Amino acid sequence: MNRTITVNGNIIEWHEGMTVTDVLAVMKYTFKLLVVHVNENNIKRDEWPETLVPEGAEVKAIHLMSGG
Amino acid sequence: MSVAEMKSKHKTIKVWNYKAGEIMRGYNNRTLHIDLTDNLISEKPVTQLMKDKFVGGKGFGLKLLWDATKPQTKWNDPENEIVISPGPCAGITQYSGAGKSLVVSISPQTDSIMDSNVGGYFGPYMKFNGFDAIELQGKAKSDVIIILDGRTHTVTIEEAPAEAIDSHILAEQLTEMYALDDKDKINIAVVSAGKAADHTLIGMLNFSFYDPRRKLCRLKQAGRGGIGTVFRDKKIKALVAIGTGVKGNLNNVADLKAISERGQRLIKEIKAGDETQCEMRTKGTAHLMEIMNNYDLLPTKNFQFGRDDSQIAKIHSEVFKSKFTQTWKDLEGCWFGCALSCAKAVDKFELRTGPYKGEKVIVDGPEYETAAGVGSNCGIFDADHIIEVNFYCDTYGICTISFGTLTAFVMECYENGILNKERTGGLELNFGNRDAALELLHQMARGEGFGLIAGHGVRGMKKIFAEKGWGDINFMNDIGMENKGLEYSQYVSKESLAQQGGYAMTNKGPQHDEAWLIFMDMVNNQIPTFENKAEALHYFPMFRTWFGLQGFCKLPWNDIEPENNRQTAEPAKVPEHVESYVIIYNAVTGNNIDKKELIRQSERVYNFQRVFNIRRGYGLRKHDAQPYRACGPVTKEEYLSREAFYDKQLKELVNFDPAGKSTEEKMSVMRKYRENRYEQLLDAVYKRRGWTSNGVPKIEHLKEIGMDLPEVIEVVKPLQ
Repeated sequence: MNRTITVNGNIIEWHEGMTVTDVLAVMKYTFKLLVVHVNENNIKRDEWPETLVPEGAEVKAIHLMSGG
Repeated sequence: MSVAEMKSKHKTIKVWNYKAGEIMRGYNNRTLHIDLTDNLISEKPVTQLMKDKFVGGKGFGLKLLWDATKPQTKWNDPENEIVISPGPCAGITQYSGAGKSLVVSISPQTDSIMDSNVGGYFGPYMKFNGFDAIELQGKAKSDVIIILDGRTHTVTIEEAPAEAIDSHILAEQLTEMYALDDKDKINIAVVSAGKAADHTLIGMLNFSFYDPRRKLCRLKQAGRGGIGTVFRDKKIKALVAIGTGVKGNLNNVADLKAISERGQRLIKEIKAGDETQCEMRTKGTAHLMEIMNNYDLLPTKNFQFGRDDSQIAKIHSEVFKSKFTQTWKDLEGCWFGCALSCAKAVDKFELRTGPYKGEKVIVDGPEYETAAGVGSNCGIFDADHIIEVNFYCDTYGICTISFGTLTAFVMECYENGILNKERTGGLELNFGNRDAALELLHQMARGEGFGLIAGHGVRGMKKIFAEKGWGDINFMNDIGMENKGLEYSQYVSKESLAQQGGYAMTNKGPQHDEAWLIFMDMVNNQIPTFENKAEALHYFPMFRTWFGLQGFCKLPWNDIEPENNRQTAEPAKVPEHVESYVIIYNAVTGNNIDKKELIRQSERVYNFQRVFNIRRGYGLRKHDAQPYRACGPVTKEEYLSREAFYDKQLKELVNFDPAGKSTEEKMSVMRKYRENRYEQLLDAVYKRRGWTSNGVPKIEHLKEIGMDLPEVIEVVKPLQ
């Protein structure tokens, strides 16, 4: 059985050592105005590269509105 | 001809003197009315009821237009008006983005009520000259200019036969004509259209602001819905406001210190955050190009697709950044004091086509909407082409959004045999043909050829093509990206049900300024239920409406965010900025509203606009219908471009196994599913907004929000 995490309601594969930055890359989330929560803990932007995402975590990557 | 010679040819038709007044807490408490048929000029008082119920800006425009017209009034009847109103907070210089005006009229494209917001100096200067709004009614016999002179406190109508029609020349001519000297040019503001507004229904208005660093006039646009066409139909060549200098507290606000404190806080945010957030100071709204492509939202080939990875590099935001002059990047506001500074411009751009071929000109923009509309949506991935079309749309006085979307529609019709070279008079309007697209634009300005037909807009063209027997009306209805007669702005809404409502449930037609919910809905999955989506389609359209009542620009609300925004309960609302707007409104007017009353102010005006449409025979559920292209894949090619994605949806959401099924069968099931969901969305949103299932505001709701004026109740009562 695949080891997974949930990102904005989507289930994706998880791997050992996976960071917030890795998750955003997998999801192709390139928008800059992002708020990231891992299991309801807010993660600051400068902590994304080092913050490990645990197996089974619920990640919310909230894209704040822009446009027009 | 020199400017002095041009002026010598003016013939004064009417001079009207008025008493100088003083703005108190954001209001002059009077508006200006001009009847061009009989050359009558008068002022009207602003009543307390007007301020309480309609606030200003779009609210004043709607109220004045309602009173001035009948339900049967057509866009080109003399009694139709153009109303320009900036709002009580317009003209403050201590908070970024406070120089907007709202323009309201009966639209030649939709036959219902149009509103369009715009920067530039005319609105604030008109207000400082003594008026909270201007109504332009009637029709002149020949081309006139109207001058609002704050030095002499006069309003003058003059025949003006010699000046140019095209805006980039006319704005310069009139700025030179009415400025006392070079230093005074900053006090002149011009509103004008252009040659294509004479021949199409998609005319727009340019509002100038003089740039003392470049020593040139810049242009901002009230683009949507053909108000420039109304302007030229009235034979108005230009409006000119002559100001007497902008000072710190011309609005005589109740608490300047509170406004300054919030303004300084925002400036710090912008300086700290813009470079890592939206890069508005270096790219403007064009920063969205590759972002929209990455999320399948960039309209490509008439909204068929949401991306083109092989070509996006040619119109990447870095390309536009390199073309924008960065010398004054922190000083590019379209009103004084705006630190967001997103009014980007390309200087000394050499034109390769048209009547100004070979000239080096300044081009304001391109904004995202323009670049996506006349670029990717037409299959043209060429930054210089986009800039050239941007220039000509501006100077000819037509809307870049409508021009982009209608050209994309024409191109898809051409590729499907609905149009051909014979029917277009020789234009080979395949996707990607930039020369043909530009020639179409020049034809609109010359009033000839296929440009005249295309100038009717998407809705008009569908009717014409069907009458000529050129194509299947059902197919054209599916691919023609218009709702209520207005062309869609430039986001692919297929995968966001909430955004489909954000577009097609708008009062004026599908413009993103009411609601932009795609990320909340499609990417964040924050609003999964119909009730969630309905709540968003209540809050955000109401919140965004509020900017247009006050004279604020929306961009400093959510294109820059405070560092602690991520820690708030509802970061998408940017709570600290909402708090700032409440504080600033109270500090300008001396009133005492909270964030709930802020929404309530908008609800009154929003519902009034809905009822205004109903009074004119629109504003019902059937008018909120969307073209299927906005909702799902119309063609096999579209379906197959994301086959795995759509197949997965069929399996997981529709409980339909796509294995072994034909593409046509899968498309049919998908369509039924999506169209049904949109109907469910309408039900949910109408309920949340206090409307009947036919989209009519309920009387008890109108009473609850305080918009139960007798004339409003009279319209909705038979429809309860």
